[in-house]
Amino acid sequence: MTSEPVVSVRDLRVYYGTLRGTVRAVDGVSLEIGEGEVLGLVGESGCGKSTLGRGILGLLPEGAVTDGEVLFGGRNLVGMSDRELRKFRGPDLGLIFQEPMTRLNPLMRIDQHFAETLKQHEPGLNDAEVRRRSLETLGRMGIPPTRFKQYPHEFSGGMRQRIMIALALVLRPKLLIADEPTTSLDVIVEAQILSILADLRRDFGTALLLITHNLGIVAEACDRVAVMYAGQIVEEGDARDVFSEPAHPYTRELLRSTISLDTTELHSIPGAPPNLITPPPGCRFHPRCPDAMSVCATTFPPQEDLGGRRRVFCWLHTSDERVGPVDREPLEREELAVAEEA
Amino acid sequence: MAVTSPTDTSIQPRRSRLPGVRRAFAPVSEARGMTRTMLWLGVGITLAFVLIAVLAPVIAPYDFDAFEANGKRFPQLAPPSRDHLMGTNVQSTDVLSRVIWGTQTELKVVIVSLIISIGVGVPLGLFSGYFGGKLDRVLVLLMDALLVFPFLLLAIVIAFLLSDRVGQGILTAAIAITVVYIPLYFRVVRNHTISIREEPFVEAARALGARPLTIIRKYVFFNVVQNVPPLATLNAADAILTLAALGFLGYGIQPTEGAEWGYDVNRAVSDAASGIWWTGLFPGLAIVLLVVGLTLLGEGLSETVNPVLRKRPVAPVELEAAHPLEGEEQ
Amino acid sequence: MATVDEARPPDARADDVLVAVRNLKTYYGLRGSFRQRIFGRESGSVRAVDDVTLDIRRGEVLGLVGESGSGKTTLGRTLLGLVPATEGSVRFEGEEITGMSERELRRLRRRMQIVFQDPHASLNPAMTIEQSVGHPLEIHGVAKGAQRRQRVAEALETVGLSPAEQFIDKYPSDLSGGQKQRAVIARAIILNPVLLVADEPVSMLDMSVRAKILQLMLHLKHEFGFTYLYITHDLATAKFFCDRIAILYLGRIVEIGPSEAIYEDPKHPYTKALLKAIPEPDPRRSVPRDLPRGEIPDAARPPLGCSFHPRCPAAFEVCGWESRDLRDLLEARWARMAEAEYEAEQAVLGDMSRLDESSTSFRLDAGSGRSAEEVAALLARVRSDDPAEPFWRGLRSIREIERHVEVELNEPYAPRLLPVGSVQVECNLYDEDALQQVETLAVSGS
Repeated sequence: MTSEPVVSVRDLRVYYGTLRGTVRAVDGVSLEIGEGEVLGLVGESGCGKSTLGRGILGLLPEGAVTDGEVLFGGRNLVGMSDRELRKFRGPDLGLIFQEPMTRLNPLMRIDQHFAETLKQHEPGLNDAEVRRRSLETLGRMGIPPTRFKQYPHEFSGGMRQRIMIALALVLRPKLLIADEPTTSLDVIVEAQILSILADLRRDFGTALLLITHNLGIVAEACDRVAVMYAGQIVEEGDARDVFSEPAHPYTRELLRSTISLDTTELHSIPGAPPNLITPPPGCRFHPRCPDAMSVCATTFPPQEDLGGRRRVFCWLHTSDERVGPVDREPLEREELAVAEEA
Repeated sequence: MAVTSPTDTSIQPRRSRLPGVRRAFAPVSEARGMTRTMLWLGVGITLAFVLIAVLAPVIAPYDFDAFEANGKRFPQLAPPSRDHLMGTNVQSTDVLSRVIWGTQTELKVVIVSLIISIGVGVPLGLFSGYFGGKLDRVLVLLMDALLVFPFLLLAIVIAFLLSDRVGQGILTAAIAITVVYIPLYFRVVRNHTISIREEPFVEAARALGARPLTIIRKYVFFNVVQNVPPLATLNAADAILTLAALGFLGYGIQPTEGAEWGYDVNRAVSDAASGIWWTGLFPGLAIVLLVVGLTLLGEGLSETVNPVLRKRPVAPVELEAAHPLEGEEQ
Repeated sequence: MATVDEARPPDARADDVLVAVRNLKTYYGLRGSFRQRIFGRESGSVRAVDDVTLDIRRGEVLGLVGESGSGKTTLGRTLLGLVPATEGSVRFEGEEITGMSERELRRLRRRMQIVFQDPHASLNPAMTIEQSVGHPLEIHGVAKGAQRRQRVAEALETVGLSPAEQFIDKYPSDLSGGQKQRAVIARAIILNPVLLVADEPVSMLDMSVRAKILQLMLHLKHEFGFTYLYITHDLATAKFFCDRIAILYLGRIVEIGPSEAIYEDPKHPYTKALLKAIPEPDPRRSVPRDLPRGEIPDAARPPLGCSFHPRCPAAFEVCGWESRDLRDLLEARWARMAEAEYEAEQAVLGDMSRLDESSTSFRLDAGSGRSAEEVAALLARVRSDDPAEPFWRGLRSIREIERHVEVELNEPYAPRLLPVGSVQVECNLYDEDALQQVETLAVSGS
């Protein structure tokens, strides 16, 4: 890493209290995003990736408890009061959601949306400046100036998402978190939006955390990828490397079960993601892992650096002396009951 | 992945009789905080009154119109004493007994009015919402018109009109209240039906070939009916107030039919000037208490049932320091 | 569960047609202005399905592929009689469905079923799995009570919800997305239908669960011989599952043919774009850059000529150029400009609202204090900045008249669905007559 990372997450934990027990939605996640970098955070539903995204911004519902560090601009965002966090949100940290219609005020025109955002965070701007910056950002998103004074409902879904992105970017944040930004969009529009997001660094110098369950998106648009399972990161590294040679069995199985145009056979991972209230001991993937060893069921694997900013949490890759040949025996387990299938 | 082929699966019959009922009440047991307090207070008060009504013959010291016992005539307008815990009124009847017997009257009215209102309003709302079209348009206009009317006025007019037909009494008061409450049930049920109608599972039922009545019964009704209990309790509270108002104005039930709190309060107005407080206070308190109880129950139910207002129960979280260190045995 | 034989009528041929659709149109009326609404009148219509003709052969899996707004969902529902057709014919096993009353349709519902997209919303939350999955048996008077329970248990086992005891008395909220979808499938197959319409059955499920459900559907097809209509926007899963594929755009079929032909040698520019746009977890790929611009247009006012022409990189002279295309062109240009330049250019033009009426012959007024020459000069500048823009191929003439400019474009040629190799394509690029038209235009001079 040549320069300081834009955000540095250290051992972040987000737990929810429910009647049935404490849900460990994010359970010890550390990662860094560099300036202008695009990091893809990928995992299936329930793995905690959305919670992680919101946890970084402090946008969690009542009853959630956060622990750990989120270092941004030299300050730790965890534990900050909402008032202080609000100063960061917007000008430094942006967030775009999945459903753009529900986030835009249907009673406000687009120009009013921009005016409100800009005036709130940069009160020194005069009207002409506000207009100029808004039009410029919208233009980069392909929204013509002739539509500046229209209402959200006059735009299609894809255009509304672009407007949302423009609203987030007009403040020139250092980091943008996009939570499933294209999931509700059609495939061609999705590709259009992705090419915009992939160019963020070039056009705005903004780093992007792209949260999604779609591996294809990550491969195409991201520099690096972090794979999440059951509240933890299992593998992280350069997107090209991780996808061509996945180190963690979950990554590998996930890639195999992704259906693309080249798929000749259907693969799936037996079983279902674990309950986050009582996750399995040891490595959380071990009940479903085809390569599980005895040690995997008892002990949580340490982080193993594979060189080139690549890391993985898997016993297969440790040459740790503590793990003897007995521990490396394949794990004996009963056939997963079919009832546990998703 | 191999899909199991149908083996000899002899399946056991279902064990519990009504799992649906337990599920319907699940949010009630999950309620917390103020909602929970409201609910339980409301239930408590209402149940207490219901018990009193049911046990009236047993616990009331005298009949509601008894002015003598054991040959001895009761004193007139006597203050509370050991024989008459709440005193007597101008007709020498025991106030306490009248309050207790009055509970029966109130509850009779409530039950009749609820049965009619719900019996008419809910099905109309279901059909109007599900089928739409001209029927719906006409009904909505009609119901909205009824809602606009100041309902006490409407109740008085109806009581007046019906008084020579049905005879003043519980039924009249009940009908008067009913007419005004039907539109409320109609509207609530109709609106919810319209939104449920668009849900995929209702379309799925159509795709299966189910008849509209079956769909309404099995797919729409149970998902819509949860709105009725809160409305019913508020309906009940209103019914009692209306009956009391009617009684106060002289259009309620006949004094010979039974005791009625509003009627008693009416009679007590002239007593107040003479410093006689017990004839008005106790029936008045009874009205207030029962209405408050029902309202609390209604508000509590409303918050429990309405998913938007319902707060997810949150339990305290302990963050153990024991996040397993890498490589450590667990 | 019954065997394959019960599903087919006795004299069926292997390749006979199960569903025959001819010139089907399903239009929705739009609510118009306030005044119109009071009187219950409609204005304009959305042509959700706009003249579709196809066959579904017994035992095959036909894919209906399109993005949202393509009409695929409406088409599926019209085939099942859930939505009334406006015009045209749908024959199911020889019987005409359009125009049937609900009662008559209900009889047929035993033989055709649908699996919906959202597993979380397709099951009645107030009914147990037994009640939901067993309801078809009750509706059609096939089984009740203990017998119903038995058959439900068998169906659950067949779809992989095993052991059935564990699921049969649960409510939908107790099940995961994949399990719910299996229950929905169980409900759909319990009466042994002949036709199964699957409307985006896996798009709301996670990747690894998708594979499981698709495997299940394939298994069911092999074991029970169902005919599937698979509706999706995801060409990747369609490739895996379908024998033939129909690509839909704005209510019309633009390409239809055997799977291999579609994937190996796509003909229609839209098909090509769809294939290119699919995200692939291939590290060597990056985001495709040459995507069609814009989005699916408003189905209430489709473009002239070929509906895809405003976005098509290969559009040419007769594809249906109109005034709205010029407006889009100008807007896209202005989006790329700095504010000052945009204002300057916009001032040259007067009221542009005339461009919203889709016409091939229209006028462009000059702004206040401007001349027709300036307008023409602006248009020329726009053209010279990007001469490869297909719109200009549709231009016949620009005449300067007083304070406005008269623009004339070529007459649109509506593409027809024609056989090309082993597929059928609706695209002027493959239509001899359209190409002939271009020659004629060139000769007559513009």
